[in-house]
Amino acid sequence: MALLDIIKLRTQFPSQDGMVKAVDTVDLLVAEGERLGLIGETGCGKTVLGMSIVRLLQPTTSIEGKINYKGRDILKLKEEDMRRLRGKEIAMILQNPTTSLNPVLKVGDQIAEAIRLHQGLGKREANARAIEMLQSVHLPDAAANANQYPHELSGGMRERVMIAMGLACNPEFIIADEPTKGLDIKTKMQIVELLREATLHKAMLMITHDLGVAGSICDKIAVMYAGELLEEASSQEILNDPAHPYTQGFINSLPSRGLLPIPGTSPSLICPPSGCRFHPRCRMATKTCEMKHPEMVQIEKGHLVRCHQFN
Amino acid sequence: MIEVYDLQKHFASGFIKKRYKPAVQSVSFAIEKGETLGLVGESGCGKTTVGRLLLRLIEPTAGKIVFDGQDITGLKHAEMRKLRPRMQMIFQDPESSLNPRMKIGESIAEPFRLGLRGRCSKSEIRNHVQELVDIVGLNQEHVNRYPYQLSGGQNQRVVLARILAINPEFIVADEPTAALDVSVQAQILRLIMDLKRDFGLTMLFISHDLEVVRHMSDRIAMMDKGRIVEIKSSKDN
Repeated sequence: MALLDIIKLRTQFPSQDGMVKAVDTVDLLVAEGERLGLIGETGCGKTVLGMSIVRLLQPTTSIEGKINYKGRDILKLKEEDMRRLRGKEIAMILQNPTTSLNPVLKVGDQIAEAIRLHQGLGKREANARAIEMLQSVHLPDAAANANQYPHELSGGMRERVMIAMGLACNPEFIIADEPTKGLDIKTKMQIVELLREATLHKAMLMITHDLGVAGSICDKIAVMYAGELLEEASSQEILNDPAHPYTQGFINSLPSRGLLPIPGTSPSLICPPSGCRFHPRCRMATKTCEMKHPEMVQIEKGHLVRCHQFN
Repeated sequence: MIEVYDLQKHFASGFIKKRYKPAVQSVSFAIEKGETLGLVGESGCGKTTVGRLLLRLIEPTAGKIVFDGQDITGLKHAEMRKLRPRMQMIFQDPESSLNPRMKIGESIAEPFRLGLRGRCSKSEIRNHVQELVDIVGLNQEHVNRYPYQLSGGQNQRVVLARILAINPEFIVADEPTAALDVSVQAQILRLIMDLKRDFGLTMLFISHDLEVVRHMSDRIAMMDKGRIVEIKSSKDN
């Protein structure tokens, strides 16, 4: 059953140079207990997609379409109801723990705050629960760490605090935005292991540009480019048998897969290219790709691709 | 090209009672002319400190650094300054390496204006800048923009153009793609490889990503807790 069903989502916000179409007509489904990886380059709109779900965007942002969570359209909820849902049922693990944590509050208190608000526990109980949470993300000395400020912790420890905070109220759906960004390889593998363990029977949307990380945690991967989805399939299929030229290029640019770059740069989201958005950088582009915008088609069960060569 | 003997660096902390933390402990290696040595290790193992010591951006506690046959460990500031154009560094964050108030073109032109490449007329400088902009794969339209108007990958290209303008022999690249996406990372690393080949550069390439280092280097030095634990050819295993 679908836990989260995103239908024709369009998120745009104004900037100096015009409307930024950060998410352009995205359909996405996350089943109960499913872990979905959302892959894409910086600036392709993946974080905005995540933020649209928890509705944490600037008030000038326009969001159209539907985001059905357990059959209810989140976009129609009142702010008050949204606040109750956010953090309790849907948790967001924000990227960049250094700037996402409050620098003048002890990390234990920051976690306890959410617990007190959502679960109505008293101060002492909430603090005890916060320490428990810090233990569960394997901080070496949870009780002492709870009494520390973010700047006293290392990058990996801060990421663990962010995860502990996200999981504190036992949410059913977790959105993790670049949880491994800026970590060195050893710490990255530890965080991946922790996330895998913590989300074992939960649904998760994991936003990342690290295909290796997504592949090792997620059941399914969706590839985003210039505001829209280009391909969606099981992690196995995306990694071993990608169909879209962009996905292929993305994989080949990994150091372990040959370090072969895709030529060109990612397009602007203000006026994206005509036809297929990837055509200016695509080695297989034809006249059709330039003129006509391709639709998402199913090439195998559960494998969707937006490319003219499959039409 | 560059030799390092028993290099050590201790950082002091504390105000009244100083405590010393060894960041680099008796590190020795040599890099041949035209070779790339990769330096790998976890964050905090001291690899960036080694890179900075080599260029004498920080002073070593003990040890000796020999650059092109000359012991540079005890050189005075003025003497070091004469050597600096021959050795350059690429930093992690390209945006903070560039002057935010200088247009890209001005940044690239600066080494010529300062006379590091001999006397140049204004039109000669313009030609040099144009040429460099092409070499690193930027467009001429970028010349009149500021660093904040470019992406991370484009800014790292500007940094490279600027370094080529100085025409160094030895480069320390300290995680030059840490702030970049995978696909942009591939573009920049390819560019560094091409430039290294075309300009016959010698390089110390620092990264925590063994896979990346393997692509970039002839030999790899593994660093752990301030010591080099192993140096091997990147063709092995």
